[in-house]
Amino acid sequence: MKEELFELLLRLADDHLVLGHRISEWCGHAPTLEEDLALPNIALDLIGQARSLYTYAGEIEGKGRDEDHLAYLRLEREYRNLLLVERPNGDFAHTILRQLYFSVFMQAWWREAVASTDETLAAIAAKAVKESVYHVRHAAEWTIRLGDGTEESARRMAAAVDALYRYTGELFETDQVTDSLAAAGVAPDPASLKDEWDRTIAEIFAEARLELPDPRTWQQTGGRKGFHGEEMGYLLAELQYVQRAYPGLTW
Amino acid sequence: MVAETVLDHAGMQARAWEAAAAVPDPEVPCVTVADLGILRSVAIDDDGVAVARVTPTYSGCPATLAIELAVETALREAGFDARVERVLSPAWTTDWIGEEAREKLRAYGIAPPAEASGSIRSLFGETQVSCPRCGSSDTSRISEFGSTPCKAHYRCEACLEPFDYFKCI
Repeated sequence: MKEELFELLLRLADDHLVLGHRISEWCGHAPTLEEDLALPNIALDLIGQARSLYTYAGEIEGKGRDEDHLAYLRLEREYRNLLLVERPNGDFAHTILRQLYFSVFMQAWWREAVASTDETLAAIAAKAVKESVYHVRHAAEWTIRLGDGTEESARRMAAAVDALYRYTGELFETDQVTDSLAAAGVAPDPASLKDEWDRTIAEIFAEARLELPDPRTWQQTGGRKGFHGEEMGYLLAELQYVQRAYPGLTW
Repeated sequence: MVAETVLDHAGMQARAWEAAAAVPDPEVPCVTVADLGILRSVAIDDDGVAVARVTPTYSGCPATLAIELAVETALREAGFDARVERVLSPAWTTDWIGEEAREKLRAYGIAPPAEASGSIRSLFGETQVSCPRCGSSDTSRISEFGSTPCKAHYRCEACLEPFDYFKCI
């Protein structure tokens, strides 16, 4: 069970670190000053959650790796994050939709994880679930504003829906890791969250006057096994540069 | 001898609490870390070390480290060997901000958290926030995310002043 828990914590921590890094790329570039504060604020939440998860993963692994080691000193193939979170920011519509897809899933995931039989994971979840409420609201309000906005904003939002839907299937994938942890009551079964996710997304898309994507859309996969897109290498180059160039450097 | 040690222990604990509790929040200096409920407890362990337990407001709050350092420094200045532990559970909530601290926040120009937390609000639930300057409830939200992770950005439609709102969590 220890190995499965380590793997799960790493997946979750990588999701949060990579998405936090992506959103932080907006700092200084967001379309309005308020968004320039909002996006880095959300990035802070995600990176804070990643830190707790990495620290705990290191303890579970028991090989002396700490949060910095896990975040900065692994190779691309060792990252277990979803392909969705590593997608480039694209335009603001792409960023918002990626955020909506992920936050709606994580809100449901954290809510279940609050009752985890693992005390530490339950404690991390109890904090994260409250933060995720704000993330969902932020993304949902923007999705509606853009989808039901001008012709141009609606067109861009629809393009984002088309581009990103194929990366959502991975959210609900199960394997031996998720199955055994779900059976032990440690972590929710991701497949069981699909109905709620579909309902929430449909409700928001209806208000945003966005068409729901075809559920038969072919789904991309690979992130959980360490197979990433081309953009991941560029992301890690920036994320890891300082620790690679100056090993052990501290502020 | 035993009774004296126990007495002394309690006295030390009270002194240590007093020293740690007086530390102001680095981002909202009108209130202390104890007012905000960030400082959970101070105990004297078997080796006579003052152990302060601190909980972050938000997972990624950058002030957490500054608060831990400030609490440790305050304890050392009060003559204690000190250690600070970060605890996640139970998760911090705005319900721990006392009535007096809410008044201090209001006087400082920050609208205190309006509702009891714990209720995960509906997707588009609106919060009633009153202007900390003129008291009007005719306010509008400019952004859910303000100058720090714990605050949102509002504007009063009556006196037209912008202000920070301490978010419920």
